[in-house]
This record gives sequence, C-alpha cells and structure tokens, in this order.
Amino acid sequence: MKKDKLVRISLIFLAVSFIFIMLVLPLLLVAKEALAKGFAVYANSLTEGIAVKAMILTLEATVAAVLFNTIFGVASAWLLTKYDFKGKTFLASIIDLPFAISPVVAGLFFIMLFGRMSPLYPFLQAEHIKIVFAIPGIILATIFVTLPFITRELVPVMEAQGRDEEEAAASMGADGFTIFRKITLPNIKWALLYGVTLCTARAMGEFGAVSVVSGHIRGKTNTLPLHIEILYNEYNFTAAFAVASVLVIFAIIILIVRNYIEWRSKKKISAV
Amino acid sequence: MNFKGFHKIAAGTLSILTAAMLMTGCGGDSQFAESEKSGSSEFLNVSYDPTRELYAEFNEKFSAEWKAKTGEVINFNQSHGGSGKQARSVAEGLEADVVTLALAYDVDEVAKAGLMDKDWLKKFPDNSAPYTSTIVFLVRKGNPKNIRDWNDLVRDDVSIITPNPKTSGGARWNYLAAWEYFKEKNNGDENAVKENIKKLFKNVAVLDSGARGATTSFVQRGQGDVLIAWENEAILSKKDAPDDYEIVIPSISILAEPSVAIVDSVVDQKGTRKLAEAYINYLYSPEGQEIAAKNFYRPRDKAVAEKYKNQFPALKLVTVDEAFGGWAKAQKDHFTDGGTFDQIYAK
Amino acid sequence: MAASKKIIPGFRFSLGITMFYLSLLFIIPMLAFILYSSGMGMDKFISVVTDERILHGYYVSFLCAFVAAAVNGFFGIILSWVLVRYDFPGRKILDGLIDLPFALPTAVAGIALTTLYAETGWLGQIFHELGIKSAFSPLGITIALIFVGIPFVTRNVQPVLRDLQPEAEEAARLFGASEFTIFKKVIFPELLNPLLTGFALAFARGIGEYGSVVFIAGNTPFETEIAPLLIMTKLEQFDYEGAAAVAIVMMLLSFMVLLTINGYQRYRLKKEGIAV
Repeated sequence: MKKDKLVRISLIFLAVSFIFIMLVLPLLLVAKEALAKGFAVYANSLTEGIAVKAMILTLEATVAAVLFNTIFGVASAWLLTKYDFKGKTFLASIIDLPFAISPVVAGLFFIMLFGRMSPLYPFLQAEHIKIVFAIPGIILATIFVTLPFITRELVPVMEAQGRDEEEAAASMGADGFTIFRKITLPNIKWALLYGVTLCTARAMGEFGAVSVVSGHIRGKTNTLPLHIEILYNEYNFTAAFAVASVLVIFAIIILIVRNYIEWRSKKKISAV
Repeated sequence: MNFKGFHKIAAGTLSILTAAMLMTGCGGDSQFAESEKSGSSEFLNVSYDPTRELYAEFNEKFSAEWKAKTGEVINFNQSHGGSGKQARSVAEGLEADVVTLALAYDVDEVAKAGLMDKDWLKKFPDNSAPYTSTIVFLVRKGNPKNIRDWNDLVRDDVSIITPNPKTSGGARWNYLAAWEYFKEKNNGDENAVKENIKKLFKNVAVLDSGARGATTSFVQRGQGDVLIAWENEAILSKKDAPDDYEIVIPSISILAEPSVAIVDSVVDQKGTRKLAEAYINYLYSPEGQEIAAKNFYRPRDKAVAEKYKNQFPALKLVTVDEAFGGWAKAQKDHFTDGGTFDQIYAK
Repeated sequence: MAASKKIIPGFRFSLGITMFYLSLLFIIPMLAFILYSSGMGMDKFISVVTDERILHGYYVSFLCAFVAAAVNGFFGIILSWVLVRYDFPGRKILDGLIDLPFALPTAVAGIALTTLYAETGWLGQIFHELGIKSAFSPLGITIALIFVGIPFVTRNVQPVLRDLQPEAEEAARLFGASEFTIFKKVIFPELLNPLLTGFALAFARGIGEYGSVVFIAGNTPFETEIAPLLIMTKLEQFDYEGAAAVAIVMMLLSFMVLLTINGYQRYRLKKEGIAV
C-alpha cells in the first residue's frame, strides 16, 4: 500500500509539473504581458470597436465550424466503427490528413478553388458571391483545420465499446436513428463533449489558414487571432497579449460549461 | 428502413450546408453587398504591416477632405499584413482599390496577375513612392560594441539580428544596403562583396521571418548587439524605450521606396478611379507628406523634409534602380532560389 | 459493398455524409490546389523537392515532430491516468488546462514560448546555465511542438480509460498480480489504440505546424529551418508551384505515416476480434 501511495504521488507530481512547465508558464507569461501596462490599457484594448468586431466574427466562425464538424464527426465515427468495408484504413487516414497539412497550405486550397485563378471565379463574380477574402472563406478554413477532431475523439471510444449492443438492437428491428439515439449516444456523450470542446478551442485559435483567406480587412474579416497578429506587428505588444488572453478566457469558459454539464449529469445519475 | 431514402437525406444535408454558407456569406457581408450596389461607398487600401498608424491618420484627413469637396461619405477600409502576402491576396482576388506595399517587386506581382498596367511605377511622381525610408542600425545604449558602419557588422565579436530576406520583403532592403556598402568599399569586386556578406550573415543570431519578429528578438529577448532595421521602425522602438537603445546611421544606405499603385481592374469595375487617384495624390500633398513624416517616414516634399530634418539625418542613399538595375533584377540576382543569398548558406 | 451485408443500418447514410463532407471541404479544394500547381512538370517538381535545403527542412520537421509526439505520448498516458484514477485537489483545474493550447493562436504561443526559453527568459536562463541553447535550436522547435500537441494523446486516452470495465483488472488483482503488471498486461493493451491515435495526430500536427515554431526556431538554413517555413519562403517569391511541390511531398509523407498507424490499429482490432 505504501508503494502504491509513492507511485501515486510521483505520477501526480510528474503530471502536474509537466503541465506547469509546458502550459501554465506560457499562459502566465501571456497574462503578465497583457497586464504590463495596467488594467486600464488592458480593458481598453478589449473594448475597442475593432477588437469587439473581431471577437464576434471569431465566435460566428467557431459556432459554424463546430456545428458542421459535429454532424460530420458523428457520421464518420459511426461509419468507421460500426461497419467493415474496403478502404476503411485509407478513409480513416484521409480524415486525419487535415491535421498534417500546414494551415497555410490549407488556406491556399480554398484560394485555388474560389480565388481569382480558379475556373469558378467568373461564375462567382457574376453571382456576386464572395467566398475567399470574406466570411464564408474564413468559416471554410476553420472547418478544415478542425475537421478530424470529433471523429478522432469518438472512434477510440466507439471501438472500445464494440458493436454488440447495436447489432442486437438492429436484429430486433430498430432503425438506425433509434439505435444511435438510444444506444450509441449515451455511450459516447462524454467523448462527444470532449471532441466538441477541443474543436471549439482550436477553431477559435486558428490563425494560419484563416490568415490566408481572410484579406485582413480591419473590422470586417479580421478574426481575433488575426487582430492579435496585426497588433503585434504594429508594435502594440500589450494589446496583442490582452486580446490573446481573451481567447484563453473564452476557452476557460467553455471548459467550465463542459464541467458543469458533466457534474449535472453525474448528479442526475446518483439521484436515480 | 429509414435509410432507404438516404439520397434524400444527403441532398438535404447538402442544401443545409450550402444555404448556411451562403447565409453567413450574405448576412455577415452585408456591407460588402451594399458597396457593390452603390458602387463607391467602400474603399480598400491594402497595405503592409507598419503603416497602420500612418493610414489611420491619413484616411481620417482624406475622408474629411473628400467629403468637403464632393459631399460623398466614403468608408475607408484598411488591410495590413506582410507585404508579399498582401500582394498575393490582391492577386488572388482581394478587391483592393489601391495597394501601398513595401517594395515595387510586390506591386509587380499584382501587375503580373493582370490587375493593373505594367507601367504602374511611372503613374505617380518619384517612382510612385510618396514617402521613403532607409536602413539603419539599432544598437544598445552606449553602443558597447562600437558599431559605426556596415564593416563593423562583419567583426567576429558582433552578433546581428535581421529578418530573412526570403520571407520578409522589408529585409531585402537590408540585404541590398549591406551589399551596396561592400560593393563601393571593394570597388565592385563581387567576390569580395560576397565574402563580406557571408561573414555578416554568419554573425546573424536569429533569422526571423519578419521585421516585427526580428525587433522582438532584439528588444524583448536581448538577442544580438545590433538590429538592422527600417528607420521608421527603429525610431518607433527607440521611442518606446529611449534609455535602452541608440540609432546608428551608416555611411551608406539604400533609399527604401514603398510603392503605391491603383488597382486598375478593381477601380474600373467599382467606378472608384477618381477617388483612388485623389487618394494617392493626397499622399503627395503637403498634408499627406506631413502625416508620413509624423509617422517616421521620410517625406519627398522639400518643405516638409526641411521641417523634420532633425528626425531624418542626411546620409548617402542609393536607389535600387541605380545600384541594382531595378527590383526584378535585384530579386533575380539575390533572392530567388540559388541567388546570392542562398549561396551564403550553400554547403 | 451492399448495405444488406451490414447488420447495423445506416451504412449508406453515414458513408454519404462522410464522403460528401470530405469531398466538399477537403478533397475538392485539395485537388484544385494540386491541379493548379501541376503545370510545373515532373522535372521541376523533382528538382524542387530534392533540393538539399528542402530535404533538411523535412528532416528537421519530421524529427522534431516525432520527438514531440513521443514526449506527449509518454506524458499523455500519465496525465490521463492521473486524471481518471486519482482524486486530488486541483484535479479539475489540471483537467481543464489541457485543452488550452488549442485556443491560444499558434503565433501567441510561439511568442510566449520564445520569451520563456530565450536566454533572458524564466526557463531559458536555467538552460543557459546548463550550457544548453533552448530557444533558436531544434530543442526550441520540439518544445513548441510539444505545446501545440499536448491535448491530443490525453484527450484520446482519457475517455477510453474512463470507460474501461473494471472486471479484468479486479480479476487480475484477485490473482495477486502487481499493479504494474496489471497496467502492463491488462490496461495498457486497451490504451494502445487511443495512444497511437493521439500520437499520430500530434505527430501530424507537428509536421505542418508553422505559426508557433517560426518564432522560436531561429530559422537558420540547414539547422533550424522547418519545411513549412520553406513553403512560406517559396510563396513569398510568388513561386506557387514550388510551394505546392514541397507541400505535396509533405502531405504524402504524413499520409503514409497516418496510413501506417491506422493500418496497425485495424490489424490489432482484427486480431483482438478473433481472439475474443
């Protein structure tokens, strides 16, 4: 028992120090820089009109990306775990690939498809549809970089759970949606929640791909990360870090919401 | 089975996705949509990074001036980013009325895409560069390494910060300025120049990807003894911490000419040519020149230059056209893959 | 593949959504990109991607991404174990922190890490004392990649560990197996698949990462120049084709890594399936 305790303490110590050095220190630094010129300057850089617009745009793009990726994530994880078919490994790897593509290159994908060099461009011009250098492009780029998250979060859990329950239900004649809702969903809801949180966090923070398709128009197509870059590049160090801290705060809010959902459902279970 | 009708459902998903995308497009973009209808209420200047303050002030003044003259209220939009990247965005479809970039080579790229006349450089006075700057050294207070000129940068005990000329348009001016100095010093002996440039870059501690990153390395992280920088950025850094830095003016430097141009195909489509012309001409007016000087760019206007002469010490300045035969040639000789810059690092 | 072979309904439906979404958002844009750059011809393509400097860029990117993913794999297992199995003050906070690297724009992360690890920084000073160059070295690149990859392994392993059925473990304990043996023989095999997934994702992300690395790397050719930086270099010269060539090779290499890891996982699942 004594040995157990030792293992336990040293593992906790290892985990905590890893997170402290690799994660907490950089975040503290962000906070330190953000408040370097006092709270008034900090508050000022956040309430500035352009910063607020960037915040709204970031939230819009994030919500859209998370929504679409959730639908896709559930469908593709279901596909990858509930069936056997040829080319499954290939498909799984394709789904992962957006992670390996440099975000800048991902942005270029959409430029080549919807930008001036694309064969589609004359048509889009004629119809007055703007995709790149406008908000739809930003949403597309955000979806792209966060595409694999939910699938990747769900697959291991769904794999570990196997197919027995679903197969039993199917043999009793339940249709797909019912099976999903009654059997699969309760089993994967935590993984789904984690996937959505990760996807949200990453979508808010995305810089590279969005930077390529945005056009950087102040107050119009600047997301928060782009706004941060511009502040930094115009030698406004403090404001850049202040706005960056907002993204961290957003992420923390999401985590609190996630924990609240977990806590409430656990309470429900124990009440039953 | 519900799933027999999966085609229907797939089609449904498709239409939802598409509709949602178009909705966000139209909804969020209503200002764009309006501008397309009325034709002229929106104006976009695509510029590079450190000109934000300059154009914030300039747009305000010009907007008042234009309103007084024509009664039109224009919404002036700004886009800032790395010069090369901004040029690419315009070539890729970002609808800029005017571009105000760090070097002519980047504007050439927009022209090459067919968006403006190849002769854009001659459309406005002074090589279409209403304000200029030059390359100077920022050193630590007291100049402990006694850095006076370019030849001090090849000393073994000096550590340099400069951005990578391959990723930073601004840094190409740094490189060419150094090149010109060693060229004059060695009477044009190219091998000697290359040797010196090689030594200089061996002293580079951090080759940041952009001017801002380089300044951060020097100022925030205490890397290097000297930062090779644009004069306007060096003045900005010094203004932030006057007790920590000094500016050293070398004996020779290059006349950095940030280019401005009208994007013909955009202004013709939008019907904003007159506005764009007035906008650029206003940059050359005494008022525009004053704003440039206040933001640490060297004005072309003699009277304004005289007024700010304490801020901008005189030195020998060469232009890229005189010394390097224009940007296209300079780019080809020095910065394309396999050019003189790559040769420094060739194994 | 006929849907009738599948026991669970919904195959064509989920396949439909997956393929449609992937094509619209990924495959078609990627093809547009490849098509646009296909004008360069094979000769140019090969000469671009076999350039010594580019090869070194790949090497740096892959090596640092691999080391970073391995470090994250090791700590990811420990973190998920600690978070799921132990209760201690601050556990919730520790759990919450893990996702934060994603929310921070990569450039901000890069700047913060560089400040931290430069010679004047809080941690850089310690490294400097020890005679190790932390920022502006391959070590710095690896540190940045560890940061951006922290969530992957933990977030993949954690849910599986949480849902693990305790029976097997308890049975082993009953038979007097030591905790370490239980972990090695009973628990770890269950975690290997999510661990590999997390590793693969962190690795893949590390290969393509640019924003955070570029500040801390130093970007010296043949030393700390990463492949994504070389893509940017080409773009900055308006050499779309050269950039595309480098990007395509990176994509292929990463795809092969992902394919291998995913293939191995399938193989393991199948083997298990037979054993069960």
